[in-house]
Amino acid sequence: MAHGPSENFFSRWLFSTNHKDIGTLYLWFSFAMFLLGGAFAMVIRAELFQPGMQLIKPEFFNQMTTMHGLVMVFGAIMPAFVGLANWMIPMMIGAPDMALPRMNNLSFWILPFAFAILVSTLFMEGGGPNFGWTFYAPLSTTYAPDTVNYFIFGVHIMGASSIMGSINIIATVMNMRAPGMTYMKMPLFVWTWVITAFLLVAVMPVLAGAVTMMLMDINFGTSFFDAAGGGDPVLFQHVFWFFGHPEVYIIILPAFGVVSQIIPTFSRKPLFGYSSMVYATASIAFLSFIVWAHHMFTVGMPIAGELYFMYATMLIAVPTGVKVFNWVTTMYKGALTFETPMLFSIAFVILFTFGGFTGMMLSIAAADTQYHDTYFVVAHFHYVMVAGAVFSGTAAVYYWLPKWCGRMYDETMGKLQFWIAFIAFNITFMPQHFLGLAGMPRRYSDYGLQFADWNMVSSIGAFMYGGAQLLFLYNVIRTIGWGKPIDDPQVWEGAEGLEWTLPTPAPFHTFSTPPIVK
Amino acid sequence: MSKRARALFLGLLSPAILSLFAGGASAEDAGWNLNMPRGVTEVSQAAYDIHMIMIWVCTVIGVLVFGFMFYIMFAHRKSRGVTAANFHENLTVEILWTIVPALILIVMAVPATTALLKVYDTENPDIDIKVTGYQWKWQYEYIGEGVKFMSELRTSQDEQYGRAPKGEHYLREVTQPLVIPANKKVRFLITGNDVIHSWWVPDFAVKRDAIPGLFTAAWAKTDQTGVYVGACTELCGKDHSRMPVVVEVKEEAEYDAWLAGKKEEAVIYQSTIGKEWTNDELMAKGEAVYAVSCAGCHQSAGQGIPGVFPALVGSSIVTGPVEGHIGILINGVAGSAMQSFADQLSEVDIAAVIHYKRNSWGNDMGDMVQPVDVLNYKQNQ
Amino acid sequence: MNNSITHRSVVIKSLFGVVVMFMFAIFVLPPLYDLFCEITGIGGKTGDVYTATEITVDTSREVEVQFIATNNATMPWDFYPVEHKVMVHPGESKEIVFYARNRTGADMVGQAIPNVLPNNAADYFLKTECFCFNNQPLAAGEEADLAVVFIIDPDLPASVNTVTLSYTIFDITDRVPMQVSQVQ
Repeated sequence: MAHGPSENFFSRWLFSTNHKDIGTLYLWFSFAMFLLGGAFAMVIRAELFQPGMQLIKPEFFNQMTTMHGLVMVFGAIMPAFVGLANWMIPMMIGAPDMALPRMNNLSFWILPFAFAILVSTLFMEGGGPNFGWTFYAPLSTTYAPDTVNYFIFGVHIMGASSIMGSINIIATVMNMRAPGMTYMKMPLFVWTWVITAFLLVAVMPVLAGAVTMMLMDINFGTSFFDAAGGGDPVLFQHVFWFFGHPEVYIIILPAFGVVSQIIPTFSRKPLFGYSSMVYATASIAFLSFIVWAHHMFTVGMPIAGELYFMYATMLIAVPTGVKVFNWVTTMYKGALTFETPMLFSIAFVILFTFGGFTGMMLSIAAADTQYHDTYFVVAHFHYVMVAGAVFSGTAAVYYWLPKWCGRMYDETMGKLQFWIAFIAFNITFMPQHFLGLAGMPRRYSDYGLQFADWNMVSSIGAFMYGGAQLLFLYNVIRTIGWGKPIDDPQVWEGAEGLEWTLPTPAPFHTFSTPPIVK
Repeated sequence: MSKRARALFLGLLSPAILSLFAGGASAEDAGWNLNMPRGVTEVSQAAYDIHMIMIWVCTVIGVLVFGFMFYIMFAHRKSRGVTAANFHENLTVEILWTIVPALILIVMAVPATTALLKVYDTENPDIDIKVTGYQWKWQYEYIGEGVKFMSELRTSQDEQYGRAPKGEHYLREVTQPLVIPANKKVRFLITGNDVIHSWWVPDFAVKRDAIPGLFTAAWAKTDQTGVYVGACTELCGKDHSRMPVVVEVKEEAEYDAWLAGKKEEAVIYQSTIGKEWTNDELMAKGEAVYAVSCAGCHQSAGQGIPGVFPALVGSSIVTGPVEGHIGILINGVAGSAMQSFADQLSEVDIAAVIHYKRNSWGNDMGDMVQPVDVLNYKQNQ
Repeated sequence: MNNSITHRSVVIKSLFGVVVMFMFAIFVLPPLYDLFCEITGIGGKTGDVYTATEITVDTSREVEVQFIATNNATMPWDFYPVEHKVMVHPGESKEIVFYARNRTGADMVGQAIPNVLPNNAADYFLKTECFCFNNQPLAAGEEADLAVVFIIDPDLPASVNTVTLSYTIFDITDRVPMQVSQVQ
């Protein structure tokens, strides 16, 4: 069926089963959520600009930190990578579409409802969720606002969406590869996504289980997490982090995939150590299941448990190191150019590794006693989440946008965005290391005068970083509407892979007859 | 081109430079603090040492890897006319960079393990102190001594909301600090009353979660007298940032005198319960208690926060019978932030604050509430 | 068509995995965690009745046992140990008493949750009788002496000289009907 998209706007987007349209929906949705979560972050940083409560009340501050975390993790980063997967995986493996197009439509369209429910709690009596994105019991059960039930409902829907998306990706990759596209020939982005999809299928149900147990404790008198009835609040943390640790790799693995596509292109040289990259990704995914309690070094675990989780966590440095060395060696003896996607990817490698270093420091249980739940941790995970996931997502958009819409972005504007984002990011989050080491705990709506200076620096950086995102939005819209038209299928001189054999812009239906991969 | 290269180089190198900076700077400078305090206990010094080892190991690895990367970015630029090589694997190198980091990690596991063993060495304490986290204050109980008190934030609402200049110890001052003797091994038994809190004193490297229904232990022993300020580090609700930990380390003799004084206070206090208090005395005392224990939720003029914390102005409890008002302070409201103040405030404090609430902000009950009424209520309810 | 059959098999397998993981989280992780606690002694969850067998008393050694009481949340009872510590020989059976009084004008039910510190002593703290095994009803104004009979196992690690037994008492009045069906 080689017809184009529906002429009717509503039937095209609402009932779409086309992987490219659904990918586009995911990407725009995630960007909207990114701006919303960013707006929450701006509120947080504005309040923390100076000591004292200037703009908002402490209870609203807690809702802001919670919603910032939830919206960024589940609304911005995860859907962004699902959007990229939708667009790119069929084109990379030579498939005409995703395996389950109608489920694909459903898995996207339930997301806006999940977030509408979640965000609407902010306007309800008692306010939105205020217990942090980790929602530890009993703050999120016995002591939660009544809106917690909406939160639980929202999390269930997001989970269902992610699970459906993952099953779709698994089915597509397992069954729809073009003839000759063996597993070990798949682009690394596809590999990292398959592994991510397996992680999602394994741990999203655990999150669903955790919120279900919460729901029962709150409404049906069970006591999974209530010590009075023989439960244990610490059990919640174990269940949550059994989901939560794989979750952070769910966020970062596709980012690894993106960077592994971009660096070879602009080095004009094949990816170094392809198979070791695949094995490293798989071992990171495996390790993610056996290190969860390193988020809980201060709950008073027995020393044997603490030692085990410390050693296991330190091990993650090995496969992660392999990846970094591979990227650097890919660049070695290449012919490098520094277009915007490459700049973001190089910044990714450096800043992600920096976040990895602080991660290793955090794994040392005795030192973690000092770091735990301070701004040092906040700085650490923003180095891996923002400079990791968000930078690579931005790189991916600049890298593939010309292929998607047949227009070239403005290189100067792209570079301008990169430099503002890069500098602002470091101004925002580097001082947070110092704040944490000096003793400022996270999720604080107010702080002592000794933290005032670095907080102000951090807030200024955050506003700049927020501005850089508006520039990004402008660049994307300008490219789609008024960018210089191109029709070179290759787009980038060094690009390799099936997606670059397709015409530019990529037509609505591609690979209706599968290509033969040699 | 080469100018751009240099700018790129410096820009990308900045995190590495800053991390060096973080490692080398002294921690004394108040506002621009960069590093973890070394602290005053064996455990905190062990934590600091392993922290510094990690920083240096990471810095060396970072400088090597990124130094190489920057060299590549300079030397292998297309604009310099290079052509790309085509190699994409080298088994020896790949095995080497798997094994070498693993070996480094094994070496680092040794000091990491010894440091952790120190953290867990809670045996044979000289003094046991029970620390209980409440929303949003700490209770300290000297086990076996019969001394127990609440430690609450002393910073006023006016300072927090910009209606008064912030004092030097903004958010770092409490009504009564925890006092411990120098040169004695003090064991902290930490638990929570409502939600999970976490008791942290950076200078002791003591951070343990305060979990309701569960006890965790930590210890400290120091020869340095002084005042050490810490914080609650587990999100526990709206005033999470307003329950500082303040510990005062005193010489042993001073500590003994302090403890004896505390015990005496309790005896003297008993005699004040029976006394008839005047309106002015009750109002003055009540206002002070209100500011510390009530204003955080019910707000400084009793207006509350709609939908979250009820207003006291014109409230049915405040303008109802005295017994009901005493009852809610003594028993609290289960499952809400309204705690039972029976063990947190003295009878005098409870009587005074009730009297204050009933006769302020337009509430005009005109009745008198005496400590002995509270005592009777407690005994006969 | 061939494809749609293989798709279905992937979907079914994946959904099976999803259901298994969900069940795992709700039905396997909590008991697994309890087991883990029991093995490692977290939270002193060794709480089952110990039926005394012959234990030889080790008179060469004395262990200090401390007692702590905590009221959870708004629990309005007076609740404290009558003695705050005792010295015992390992193997010797000892009875101690916690005093409790319901200060309120309503009948209430409390539940005490025990904890033993240090963690590695929990396995060696044997309770032959304890008020914590059952919930504790007290009528309005009623007071009670709640007894615990315990034995310190002579195998207690030599490094442990002080054992701390603590009870946190919770108000479970509202959940008692539920509690009946949950008694193990």
